[in-house]
Amino acid sequence: MEPTHTEVVSRDLTVQNPEGLHLRPAGKLARLATEYNCSLELERCGQVADCRSMISLMTLGASQGSVLTLRASGPDADSAVEAIARLFESRFDEL
Amino acid sequence: MKFSAFISPKAVKSDLGSSTKEEVIAELVQTLVEAGEILEKDRDDIIRAIMRREELGSTGIGRGVAVPHTKHPSVTKLIGTVGVSSTGLDFESLDGQKASLFFLLVSPPDRPGDHLRALENISRQLRDDQFCKLLGQSKTAVDILHLLEEADRESGAS
Repeated sequence: MEPTHTEVVSRDLTVQNPEGLHLRPAGKLARLATEYNCSLELERCGQVADCRSMISLMTLGASQGSVLTLRASGPDADSAVEAIARLFESRFDEL
Repeated sequence: MKFSAFISPKAVKSDLGSSTKEEVIAELVQTLVEAGEILEKDRDDIIRAIMRREELGSTGIGRGVAVPHTKHPSVTKLIGTVGVSSTGLDFESLDGQKASLFFLLVSPPDRPGDHLRALENISRQLRDDQFCKLLGQSKTAVDILHLLEEADRESGAS
């Protein structure tokens, strides 16, 4: 049977870097998201942002400690979620 | 965070004359000096700090918008200005387009939350095509201020 890719992969991610999801982290995340062939959304308190758009990501106003729900759907959703989770865990390479 | 909480009304400028990234950053910082928000003695250091930040990656975020910014110990609260260039200029933006709308922010070193809330407000407004279009068409500082006031009223942010 052909895979249908309709399944949504979801994971909660915590913003760990002290400065939150400001412009540079949002840019890194947006660039990473463009490498994958799946829909990628981040939600915070009912607000949804497109991971490929820096402007959209910054509307979340996610500060340190914010928990965001990442949802991915598409052929490489699993690896996209893994890669994005690693980026959050690395604190976006910030202190 | 509403625009009125961090944009200095006396500093906004509709007719930026600069044609390069460094010039426009200096021009925008100068508007904050003239508005009395920062001291002249701190001007050059703030310009240098903003340029150093740009070297880490352009703050030209697309849609013709750039958000040059820095932290600086000389300010006690987040301050910002808005500038519009009628011709646009190369700001090494992510999407390769010229930048014509500028939001320059200077924040105290210990207040990352305020910076985030200002970015949140700016980016929310930028998703509105009408806001971007009207801001780009602003001919006077009063036009810009009216637009920011309207955005504040409609956003309901605090």
